[in-house]
Amino acid sequence: MEGGESDRNKRSLALIIGVGNEYRRDDGVGAEVARRIDKLNLPQVRVLAHSGEGASLLEHFREADLVIIIDAVQSESLPGAVHLFDAGNSPIPVDFFNYSTHAFSVAEAVELARALNKLPTRLLLYGIEGTDFSAGIGLTEAVQVSAGTVVERITNDLKQMASSHCS
Amino acid sequence: MKGNRMIKVDYLARVEGEGSLYVKIKDNKVEDVKFKIFEPPRFFEAFLRGREYKEAPDISARICGICPIAYQMSAVTAMEDALDMKVDGQLRALRRLIYCGEWIESHVLHVYMLHAPDFLGYEDAIQMAKDYPDAVQRGLRLKKVGNDLMTIVGGREIHPVNVRVGGFYKAPNKAKFRAITEELKWARDAAVETVKFVSTLRFPDFERDYEFVALRHPDEYPLFEGRLVSNKGLDIEIKDYEQHFAEEHAKHSHALHSVLKARGAYFVGPLARYSLNHDRLTPLAQQMAKEAGLGKTCNNPFKSIIVRSVEVVWACEEALRIINEYEKPDEPYVEANPRSAVGCGCSEAPRGICYHRYRLDDNGIILDAKIVPPTSQNQKTIEGDLAEFVPKHLELSDEKLTWQCEQAVRNYDPCISCATHFLKLEIERE
Repeated sequence: MEGGESDRNKRSLALIIGVGNEYRRDDGVGAEVARRIDKLNLPQVRVLAHSGEGASLLEHFREADLVIIIDAVQSESLPGAVHLFDAGNSPIPVDFFNYSTHAFSVAEAVELARALNKLPTRLLLYGIEGTDFSAGIGLTEAVQVSAGTVVERITNDLKQMASSHCS
Repeated sequence: MKGNRMIKVDYLARVEGEGSLYVKIKDNKVEDVKFKIFEPPRFFEAFLRGREYKEAPDISARICGICPIAYQMSAVTAMEDALDMKVDGQLRALRRLIYCGEWIESHVLHVYMLHAPDFLGYEDAIQMAKDYPDAVQRGLRLKKVGNDLMTIVGGREIHPVNVRVGGFYKAPNKAKFRAITEELKWARDAAVETVKFVSTLRFPDFERDYEFVALRHPDEYPLFEGRLVSNKGLDIEIKDYEQHFAEEHAKHSHALHSVLKARGAYFVGPLARYSLNHDRLTPLAQQMAKEAGLGKTCNNPFKSIIVRSVEVVWACEEALRIINEYEKPDEPYVEANPRSAVGCGCSEAPRGICYHRYRLDDNGIILDAKIVPPTSQNQKTIEGDLAEFVPKHLELSDEKLTWQCEQAVRNYDPCISCATHFLKLEIERE
């Protein structure tokens, strides 16, 4: 699904955005998580892969009530460590989601949306600690394992949300 | 005021990629200026060797997430030059259209998110948005129009996948453009508002006698065809680029410095394009430039923010013209016949000319490749600006002077990620 966007479920309850560059090893973990969730064909869930260019990312926030972003981070935590931020609770540390050479990246997009009052109802950011950001494809082992953990956490939340939405 | 100072910015903000700045002042004179590019080299030219001619547009597009079309257009025109192909009519128009999309998204990102905060005294666009929410929202919506054009023609907004040697994998249906036509009309008006907005900013009084280099087309504002010209007498075919330009290794940069063999540093990008092609702009774009106080040429790099905005007006009008005249072509591409040959292409990336040259074998396999991105061509001029700007503003505090030096670098919207494609490794042993 690399870079592409699933065209089903245009009116979606949740939007899953995998951020990063698949050709920079662990930086591709966002896209990997998005791809795995996409394969599950969850109802009312849209999935897209994104480079992390902030201004363009921000424009997607209006497309669902719940937006979940998955990105690789480098914060000197243990390899594969999973960090979860709820944008509704506190500002996103700008340096945290900045493993990108884009001048305007993920954290800036979230904070600009906050300044403009354009955050979705709920915005979650999963950061997965990467170790190898060199050119090439494939995730390191710890990051691969964490990708599975994050897929599970997100799908459980989405299923719970869907059942509470239906009842 | 002390006579010895050092301005050091270890990590330049609001530029694409990773670079730093170093200015040494001794006895109130600038002794050293370095615009350092320390982002790791990326070896794209080496990756291309051994690949098929048709892979070049997609591989080289990966050099930049902001301006992939520039790389794709330079690559396809170089390959078509090598393979003696002519791409015309609606296919050519579609290429201009997707390039307009890239200019809009790239220029608007820089104008509103990266450069305007400098002039208005904000750390970043987030702080600026609190006081100028309408302007920032206008910028975001305008940028999205550019991204949408890239998506319609290119298949997706980041690293579009629909461009190929000879044309496109699939030509869009006319109906695809209906939805965006009204939004493009809004965008043209928003671009006019943008020119008015940026013309009210305060600009440092700073001009230099640059050698501007840009493409010049007989009838059109240039995108990927024409001759390479300058205001100091250069007038050559694209294929003669390497006879007149050379790349030099500078120890402090992972990006090669380009020079005109005859005269040294030169300037590419919006100011150069505008100053060499003012007569090719649409009447509305010319009028907006005039109302913003620009002459037919502009030598103040700080005013590049106005020129970019004028080019967005032009790009919206050009996109509307193309869409109005669009008829889906019978075939989405022209067939290529691989042969042993050398081909050159050059296109006007948002930041300036982007030159490609490929040598192919009988089967169309790439034997070697040369790519010269715009930012590497501007490096020497950026350092020249700083060397002239700093001595004239020594009365400023370190903090203010550093701010203005960073702003002077951002005048060029440098894309450092694009520029770092080569590293000459030197080992010094004693």
